[in-house]
Amino acid sequence: MSDVSQPAAHPPVTDWVNDFDHTDPQWTEDPFPIWDELRAASPVVHTDRFLGCYMPTTYDAVREIANDSEHFSSRRIIVRDVRPEISRNAAPPITSDPPVHKPAKQLLLPPFTPDAMKKLEPRMRAICNELIDGFIADGRVDAAARYSKYIPVQAIAHMLGIPESDSDLFINWIHMILELGIKDENMLLQAVHEMSAYFSAHIEERKKKPTDDLISYLMNARDKEGQPLEDSHVLGSLRLLLIAGIDTTWSAIGSSLWHLARTPADRERLIAEPDLIPTAVEELLRAYSPVTMAREVVGETTISGCPVKPGNMVLLSFPAANRDPKMFPDADKVVIDRRENRHAAFGLGIHRCIGSNLARMEMQVALEEWLKRIPDFRLDPAGTVTWSQGTVRGPRQLPFLLEKAM
Amino acid sequence: MTERLRVRVDPDKCQGHARCKALAPELFELDEYGNAHEAGDGMVPPGLEDKARLAKSNCPEIAIDVIEE
Ligand code: SF4
Repeated sequence: MSDVSQPAAHPPVTDWVNDFDHTDPQWTEDPFPIWDELRAASPVVHTDRFLGCYMPTTYDAVREIANDSEHFSSRRIIVRDVRPEISRNAAPPITSDPPVHKPAKQLLLPPFTPDAMKKLEPRMRAICNELIDGFIADGRVDAAARYSKYIPVQAIAHMLGIPESDSDLFINWIHMILELGIKDENMLLQAVHEMSAYFSAHIEERKKKPTDDLISYLMNARDKEGQPLEDSHVLGSLRLLLIAGIDTTWSAIGSSLWHLARTPADRERLIAEPDLIPTAVEELLRAYSPVTMAREVVGETTISGCPVKPGNMVLLSFPAANRDPKMFPDADKVVIDRRENRHAAFGLGIHRCIGSNLARMEMQVALEEWLKRIPDFRLDPAGTVTWSQGTVRGPRQLPFLLEKAM
Repeated sequence: MTERLRVRVDPDKCQGHARCKALAPELFELDEYGNAHEAGDGMVPPGLEDKARLAKSNCPEIAIDVIEE
């Protein structure tokens, strides 16, 4: 049997500036020096890979693109080898352009306000502690596979009212869509269809027996004219919530733990000064931003003086923007008490991540509960850390030795 | 003359990142969509000047102004 869990390989990159590839193992492993090289070359670079793709390398260029929905469409938001046909309600509002974007987004905002997230916090603390209970006695753990991975998936399942026990199913779909699906259209379509069938069954169930979860919330939503959303819109938004809610935060929590495992001084400071955790979370989000979105160029224009041509994709790298030394002094260092931090980890402009308040809450709780019970841990030298590929970056294997566990 | 500050959120720029509310809960309020506006008339009570500046320098959309009155 062939191993379907590994994405297919592209020819290796030898010229980063003119032929970059965000799925290259060198990028996946350690993208930071590559971004520095690209940034030194130009605020916008281009590759012929992925049927033609630009990448802004500076914070300013990223902001310009994020704020220009006229020339840069969100109808495609992931850079792939293929450009499958676009369905109108792929995953609103993230795949929507103005003017349909705003009403679609406003619909989803109220369940994700900071106040709404506060109500979810006790359940998150319980989830984190249940996970820790599962491995703490072993003295070692793969913190990605057994901790960071399950926190966001259980949170979003809880909000959507779908069984937390289906977590592995969701994780597999997302792997197929966001990683394998970059290079394998069949894999992408299969996962999208399976996911749609799954949600359609839940929608049917709720038609018979309404619940008070997010699925029912979307089904009950009305537009300005008092009309319910089309079924395809409900389905698209559910797909979005599941896809966007899982390996993004999984990655952010994992990268944060990876940093703390390698940086005892930061770990000790956070234990001594837990009030600093929210500030540290912002810095870890900046330094290890997990999510790179994309746009499609739909009109000729220039970005930071560089002309861009329609038909190409744009790798909208918020992670690279967050490492721009013009924007952030000591951009390559993690400064856990950084005071000025306008990082773009959740995007900028109208497509700002609707789940940002949820993600922040999950990260804070995940770090707080971990540090309370496992103040001392380090990378297991006998193991290997592996990183995901492409759209979302984070550790997928994170072997730790737990020195002092409580 | 002691300095008096006023904070102002530009509603066209604000995208609801909620950084202002997290850093200076006394100075900002969020609506049902999570978008921010200044609390009351936006005047910064004495002692909260630092928080006002901190919120400004952490708003990713550069939507906050801190004005000297
Ligand atoms: S930080 Fe800026 S964008 Fe976010 S809610 Fe406050 S004013 Fe709006």
